[in-house]
Amino acid sequence: MDAWFAQYVDAYYLRIMVLIGINIILALGLNLITGVTGQLSMGHAGFMSIGAYTAAILTLHYGTSFVLALLSGSLMAAFFGFIIGIPTLRLEGDYLAMVTIGFAEIIRVFFLNFELGGKAVGLYGMQQYTTFSMVFILVILVVVLNWQLLKSRYGRALYAIRENEIAAEACGVNTTGMKVAAFTMGSFLAGLAGGLYSHYMGYIAPQDFGFMRSIEILNMVVLGGMGSIPGVMLGAAVLTVLPEMLRIVADYRLLFYGALLVILMIFRPNGIMGDMRLYDLKQRLRTKEVKTCRS
Amino acid sequence: MFWEQLINGLTLGSTYALIALGYTMVYGIIQLINFAHGEIYMWGAFAGLFLVTVLGVNIFVALIGAMIFCTLLGMLMEKIAYRPLRGKSSRLSALISAIGVSIFLSTLMVLLRGPNTTRYPEVLRVKTFSLGAVEISSLQIIILLVAFLLMAALTFMVQKTKLGKAMRACSQDLDASYLMGINVNRIISFTFAIGSALAAAGGVMVGIYYNAVWPYMGTMAGLKAFSAAVLGGIGSIPGAMLGGIILGVLEILGVAYLSSSYKDAIAFAILILVLLVRPQGIMGQKKMKKV
Repeated sequence: MDAWFAQYVDAYYLRIMVLIGINIILALGLNLITGVTGQLSMGHAGFMSIGAYTAAILTLHYGTSFVLALLSGSLMAAFFGFIIGIPTLRLEGDYLAMVTIGFAEIIRVFFLNFELGGKAVGLYGMQQYTTFSMVFILVILVVVLNWQLLKSRYGRALYAIRENEIAAEACGVNTTGMKVAAFTMGSFLAGLAGGLYSHYMGYIAPQDFGFMRSIEILNMVVLGGMGSIPGVMLGAAVLTVLPEMLRIVADYRLLFYGALLVILMIFRPNGIMGDMRLYDLKQRLRTKEVKTCRS
Repeated sequence: MFWEQLINGLTLGSTYALIALGYTMVYGIIQLINFAHGEIYMWGAFAGLFLVTVLGVNIFVALIGAMIFCTLLGMLMEKIAYRPLRGKSSRLSALISAIGVSIFLSTLMVLLRGPNTTRYPEVLRVKTFSLGAVEISSLQIIILLVAFLLMAALTFMVQKTKLGKAMRACSQDLDASYLMGINVNRIISFTFAIGSALAAAGGVMVGIYYNAVWPYMGTMAGLKAFSAAVLGGIGSIPGAMLGGIILGVLEILGVAYLSSSYKDAIAFAILILVLLVRPQGIMGQKKMKKV
């Protein structure tokens, strides 16, 4: 399938599509934590780097198969998410934001001094195991699992925590347990995306996973519409393509990017898709009437 | 050796404290993590540089000039990027808007000056005094003195003036203050102005102290100052001062006695450890959860 694709699709577009897929997985992971459960995490790139480094070290130094490396990377990220989540999810709102920023920075500095990870140079020479079809299938899998999760009673419990934690607790939701579970699942997806990323790019370095990277992922979630799967997918796609399109303006690229973020937030404060869920989209298609987005 | 490191730490910490005050005051009133604050600090440093090199003014005049410039910049930023969002959107949208402003401001400076480090000219003749075994430079004395004066002035303003009273009222309850006839928008704008001026002072002094400024200096300094504000208990003004100084001192001591390769991780590690024991920060007050 990939050979067939490579024949018809330009390599540049194929690359962008793969990156969109990886970003969708990343953003859906953060969406579980920030969009659905309402716990502001600003260190998602830290978990991504754990997955990326673990997978790359396994295939480079230990000759593990790619699938096993990918799985180990994701599990490693999930493990750290779990360890970090238990004590910190007691903290509220912006304290959690600060701790996740701090954790991601500590991870980055750790990799900067990590012998096996190539220190500041990073790791290179990974084979390009990640293919378009693989990313495509994984994205579908992740979307379906996310969708099933969010419409189950666990998903409703997560939304309830975001809306009002005390009320959710009073209704019998184990809030701490659910928050830790959401955080662990989000970290797992970040690790998965990290493993895919490192074996697509072929090189990784600590500065790839800095604070700006975490911010970029957060932008995808907020811009698309928090808690909405189609919204987050759209946000990931838009924010992957946007910098490419802004290449025309060359040096002014980031200037426009910053200004666009402000403008988008002023005109669409709840994100492009608001809080729309797949279910609402289906309803809307069925009734064919114009409905305003729920805010 | 220890005492000299302590003084270095106090100097660094007082600049962190100046930046942290802006974070804590804005957070206290509108619960926004103003991510563009680090960039205001960077613009302050460059404004000071411009005044010293191009206009050739005295460094103290440049310090005041940079503060005035950043006051205006901060108010403009609040008016364009935050005010239209207030009230009609979630706090996260305001946060993303702040990130947008931050990217905009740092890129603008890169376009104006290039991404490289610019050296600050030698503006003061640095003398070194020895107090017994301790050596302290005149530069450090000036930085500590300016920081102390600014913080004292801020404390006086917040505690004793009518404007300060309005600010404290707003941080307790924005809606109730509005009902009491306080011009809430003006107070918020004023808070941004004060915070930005303090950050500019910090920027100019860091520029002189380390003899270098560059367009990305705001990111790491901003993150560390924000962790200082959280460490002290966000929303609390004495907390931000204390948090900044503690963080600066521990960072310098950590570099001196542990390892310099983990320099940037020290501040965050301390923050995480403190928050695990005391989730509301050192001087923060525990808030009752209300339904």
